[in-house]
Amino acid sequence: MNAFSSLMDGFGTALTPINLLWAAVGVLLGTAIGVLPGIGPAMAVALLLPVTYGLEPTGAFIMFAGIYYGAMFGGSTTSILLNTPGESAAVVAAIEGNPMAKSGRGAQALAAAAIGHFAGGMIGTVLLVALAPKVADLAVDIGAPDYFAIMVLAFIAVTSVLGSSRIRGLASLLIGLTLGLVGLDQMTGQQRLTFGSLQLADGIDVVIVAVGLFAIGEALWVAAHLRRTSGHAIPVGRPWLGKKDVKRTWKSWLRGPLIGFPFGAIPAGGAEIPTFLSYATEKRLSKHKDEWGKGAIEGVAGPESASSASAAGTLVSMLTLGLPTTAVAAVMLAAFQQYGIQPGPLLFERESELVWGLIASLFVGMVLLLALNLPLAPVWAKLLRIPRPYLYAGILFFAAVGAYAVGGEALDLVILLVIGLIGFGMRRYGLPVLPAVIGVILGPNAEQQLRRALQISDGSVSGLVDTPFSVSVYAVVALIVLWPLLRKLAGGLLKSRRNVTE
Amino acid sequence: MTTTEPPIEPPAAQASTRRAWLREHSELGVCVMLLALGAVVLTDALTMDVALTQRGPVGPRTVPVAVGTGLLVVAVLLAVDVLRGGRGEAEGGEDIDLSEPADWRTVLLLAGVFLATAVLIEPVGFPVAGALLFWGAAYALGSRAFHRDPLIAAGLSLVTYAVFNNLLGVPLPGGPLMGVL
Repeated sequence: MNAFSSLMDGFGTALTPINLLWAAVGVLLGTAIGVLPGIGPAMAVALLLPVTYGLEPTGAFIMFAGIYYGAMFGGSTTSILLNTPGESAAVVAAIEGNPMAKSGRGAQALAAAAIGHFAGGMIGTVLLVALAPKVADLAVDIGAPDYFAIMVLAFIAVTSVLGSSRIRGLASLLIGLTLGLVGLDQMTGQQRLTFGSLQLADGIDVVIVAVGLFAIGEALWVAAHLRRTSGHAIPVGRPWLGKKDVKRTWKSWLRGPLIGFPFGAIPAGGAEIPTFLSYATEKRLSKHKDEWGKGAIEGVAGPESASSASAAGTLVSMLTLGLPTTAVAAVMLAAFQQYGIQPGPLLFERESELVWGLIASLFVGMVLLLALNLPLAPVWAKLLRIPRPYLYAGILFFAAVGAYAVGGEALDLVILLVIGLIGFGMRRYGLPVLPAVIGVILGPNAEQQLRRALQISDGSVSGLVDTPFSVSVYAVVALIVLWPLLRKLAGGLLKSRRNVTE
Repeated sequence: MTTTEPPIEPPAAQASTRRAWLREHSELGVCVMLLALGAVVLTDALTMDVALTQRGPVGPRTVPVAVGTGLLVVAVLLAVDVLRGGRGEAEGGEDIDLSEPADWRTVLLLAGVFLATAVLIEPVGFPVAGALLFWGAAYALGSRAFHRDPLIAAGLSLVTYAVFNNLLGVPLPGGPLMGVL
């Protein structure tokens, strides 16, 4: 069955009334969450993980995907109207978008961002449809050593590429791996780090870790430093674009995805780097160089399109390899695990209806987003005025609901608070949260694959590197690890060559 | 409606150099925590009952030993980095004002409210405990609308209970109140 007919079947799944409803709920929730200050898409999906206990997987993932895209959409609204980006991916939108809003062109900035997201998401998702089955086919017969290599890559990439300090990233990863160890060993049933507690023998649920680190940690951290004077949002009307603006921006909309999509698919690529790259590209190509910094519309259109496309790229590696490249993907992976589904090359065979329904719902969600958000923008802008005590009290409230729903244990609430305090400390001392979450989610799985691989090779370490796939993945790992050294060397070489030529 | 109290500032810390040094290097506390965590993981792994048959060449011990050792190494490396002047950058955000000192009173109040919820949820049920959590947290965060806050808290808690318990089929304890209603 080729990708196109599978996709058509997917539309059959996505367009059933109930799934259409989940998509709509997802994009609305996502946009609201993106607009709301203090809640990022990762926290949103983490807070909503408990609904997976009551929903069937297809509906849940359609909703999660809607939240992911919707939150990216909404994040730019905060950037443009308040000049305080809600998500790291929306930082760039503030640079040109906020000056535009200040000079009375907020409606155009919002429209450029909205259409940018639509274009980026559409192109990104088309690329996803074209590429994902191919990647899955290539990877379909990968075994335990290859899976282990991919997970090592995820660990290394997330600790070295993100954040300013490798050692702090590594500390965070190890904290996550430790949390993942708690419970019964999957292969022998040996108790580890349970201290004799029956409840701990079940392990610490990923939902509790994700909610604790993302939601409780964030709420406590904000509470300690709550800004007493909140920023003033610029009032805005219904977004629209004039002919002149469209002429200036259509190329930016199309260029953005080319930068965003590949970055989304590589580990730790995420949306931050491509939005900055797209900004730089648009600035260089612009015919209106004098407007940059004062509200150039291309500087909103290109990066926003890139950020949406990167979300589609993220889904490629998440669905085909089980490799989460962003915090949202990591939490979605945790959701797959809740259902006992292992994302990876076999997902397209085993859960074909789910995957293609999910992909088709991305197209549906994009159309819904554009249709809803252009007229609703003034309503979204009102959300910026929610009193902060209610906002953060609400986050704590829903975090408690989620953690309790996991197993109906009051002890889980205490564990949640402890993990939240760890998250608080990590934010205080600049330890990135994402490596810890990846460690908890992938750690147990990585250990199992490692032990399986060594079982096959009868304990010989060469069993970890006996496939071309794993060797190439380790080569990439080595490159990432040695990158600072290589860069220094290359810099030195260039310098000495320059000295010679002079 | 929301009134905010100016946070009560403790008197300026005594200018003893020792305390200033400790304050400056408070990140060493992270190293101590990592060391302690590493020690716990290693002890647990090494005191594991090995009489159990292990399947395959790698037993249940290997990975914990590796993680524990890693924690110890990272703790030392981080300490070196901190003593050399490296600093973890506190995370910024749209509602975060890092120019003010941390407001510990609010954090402690929130943690207390949260713990109280954990204690109360089973005896009094979710609708009551949840409403107290929301109201308490909003109060701790500076909301003083005494006629509005409890209403919002009660409404939110009841609606959430209904959605989870009845719509999504995720059971939450109703407590005596739901028995009456």
